[in-house]
Amino acid sequence: MNQALPKWVDYGLMPLINVAVAFLIAGLVVLFVGESPVEAAYLMVRGAFGNGYNIGFTLFFATTFIFTGLAVAVAFHAGLFNIGGEGQAYIGGLGVGLICLSMDTILPWWLTFPLAIIGAALFGAAWAFIPAILQAKRGSHVVITTIMFNFIASALMVYLLAGPLQKSANLGPRTRDFEAGGQIPKLDWLFSPFGIDMGASPLNITFLLALIMAAVVWVIVWRTRFGFEMRTQGVSPRAAVYAGMPEVKIIVVTMMLSGGLAGMMALNPVMGDQTRLQLDFVEGAGFVGIAVALMGRSHPAGIVPAAILFGALYQGGAELAFDMPNITRDMIVMIQGLVILFAGAMEFMFRPALVRIFASQQEKMA
Amino acid sequence: MDTLIQLLDLTVRSAVPLLLACLAGLYSERAGVFDIGLEGKMLGGAFAAAAAAAVTGSAWIGLFAGIMVAVAFSLIHGFASITNKGNQIVSGVAINFMAAGLSALLGQAWFNQGGRTPQLQSEARFNPLDLPLAETLSGIPVIGPVYQDLVSGHNLIAYFAFAMVPITWWVLFRTRFGLRLRAVGENPAAVDTAGISVTWARYRAVICCGILCGIAGAYLSIGVSAGYVKDMTAGRGFIALAALIFAKWRPVAAMWACLLFGFLGAIEIRYQGVALPIVGVVPVQLMQALPYVLTVILLAGFIGKAIPPKAGGVPYTKER
Repeated sequence: MNQALPKWVDYGLMPLINVAVAFLIAGLVVLFVGESPVEAAYLMVRGAFGNGYNIGFTLFFATTFIFTGLAVAVAFHAGLFNIGGEGQAYIGGLGVGLICLSMDTILPWWLTFPLAIIGAALFGAAWAFIPAILQAKRGSHVVITTIMFNFIASALMVYLLAGPLQKSANLGPRTRDFEAGGQIPKLDWLFSPFGIDMGASPLNITFLLALIMAAVVWVIVWRTRFGFEMRTQGVSPRAAVYAGMPEVKIIVVTMMLSGGLAGMMALNPVMGDQTRLQLDFVEGAGFVGIAVALMGRSHPAGIVPAAILFGALYQGGAELAFDMPNITRDMIVMIQGLVILFAGAMEFMFRPALVRIFASQQEKMA
Repeated sequence: MDTLIQLLDLTVRSAVPLLLACLAGLYSERAGVFDIGLEGKMLGGAFAAAAAAAVTGSAWIGLFAGIMVAVAFSLIHGFASITNKGNQIVSGVAINFMAAGLSALLGQAWFNQGGRTPQLQSEARFNPLDLPLAETLSGIPVIGPVYQDLVSGHNLIAYFAFAMVPITWWVLFRTRFGLRLRAVGENPAAVDTAGISVTWARYRAVICCGILCGIAGAYLSIGVSAGYVKDMTAGRGFIALAALIFAKWRPVAAMWACLLFGFLGAIEIRYQGVALPIVGVVPVQLMQALPYVLTVILLAGFIGKAIPPKAGGVPYTKER
């Protein structure tokens, strides 16, 4: 099992095979439903990249998934599984909303935005803090507590949006619309020189923030002392303790980083698109982050393309549902499950076969 | 008195699917296979049960289909986490998504009603049973109404669920199968040394888990409701998981935990927006969040200590 494979196989070929199998099975389901998988794939790609408007939407979704993917990946490196991205993002949105609601008439957007970034990260991190400290100090499993915190977050947000933060009962559970100071610019200026017209798509400057955060995560995990401690803890907690690394601090700080990243996801839909705080704006993105992190092998360089792929799936899937009413957007949820299964839980299924193939190759060469 | 009985009756109704899913998780986790895919298996079971019952018109065929689908998902979980030694949490997450996506997708493609299955006729469902003497005894104070309205009048699956509590206890603690099942969850190497297959014992445990999840799903879609609605499990799989931890992985305690969480659910339905004495109007959301909050407090070690099976979550590797 543990024979070495060339790095490009371990980090490139194997994930590709796993994801390909996931898509193959999705194709079989499409066939089973009585539609053509080839046509479905074509419609999906066209729906995701066909024109500037579609590309804008694809990258808008990708922005969200970069944040949640990074959140899951950071925790993975310390051997922690943060399933709470969903709740942390939801509460992160509360941070964004509170900043925008109180500052949007006083400050211009370029001052509100940095404050909202801090708000989102702080609220998300705070929501991850309790599961983290319970894991570090009392040994309760972070997987279970973060699941519980997702539900608690959801109940809390329904309570706040249908109660104290609600604008009026007629409009349903949501806050008032943010004024100009709570709205951030779109990104069409960046793409129009290339002749891509994004039209009314909601792609906004949070996309750039997501790319910056991907770089920041890379620096933290691979270029700092803390990142080294974190990865040591992930590979071998006992070695970390033996080396005198502070276990409690590693767990708590890693989880708060993770929660902060998940929280920052909220900037994209709340400030960049809906410009108000409303129910369920996370829409499962916290869970997509798990698939993205697994597919991207927990490395920012893998997470960004994986997030774009999932962005394309979400956007293309929505368009596909128009053209093939038999294939609803639930298809995407299923594909997500298959990717998590094959790229995550069964990641080593094809490994023995690959090891054999490469071993025989090397024999031939020798 | 009447309101109390109604409240308790509602408690039992809310507790049944929790109890079945919770016992399902008990088999799996006692054997060392963590399962956060209870929700997905229940959902898949609910859909399959309703779809098969709608097509064939038979509740029993529906129940069978629900069990088969949930067991199939269990076997995927087993294949990933036992045979391929994958991460059990990741596999559970995958099951939840596959079940949610697939049941909604197939529901739309087959029945074209926005992910619902057609409304079921009475013979395609498990209907409430009237226990013997329920009418005759109803005149007796206290015992009569309790027997008639609380004990009698549930469907077959509900009685099965409560019967499963002592059965599960007996299977786990008084049979050879149960001993081995618990042993592979605590110390698989010892079981292996005794010449017993860890893999097969764990597979049997996840199959038990699948069967019970399928029945829990069927209770929802062809028992208390007349058809499948998209996402009808609504997080019950996770409440069941919370109950399992709350019960510290013990069958009888699992029943009490499920009844407690069912009671919270019943209050939430019954007293929505009604002002209670002393506390005033309790926000519905607080009731919804309470099972999760209680579980977190328990996990934090403030109400006893929940210690999971020792080898839980660890794939067994025979040779090193």
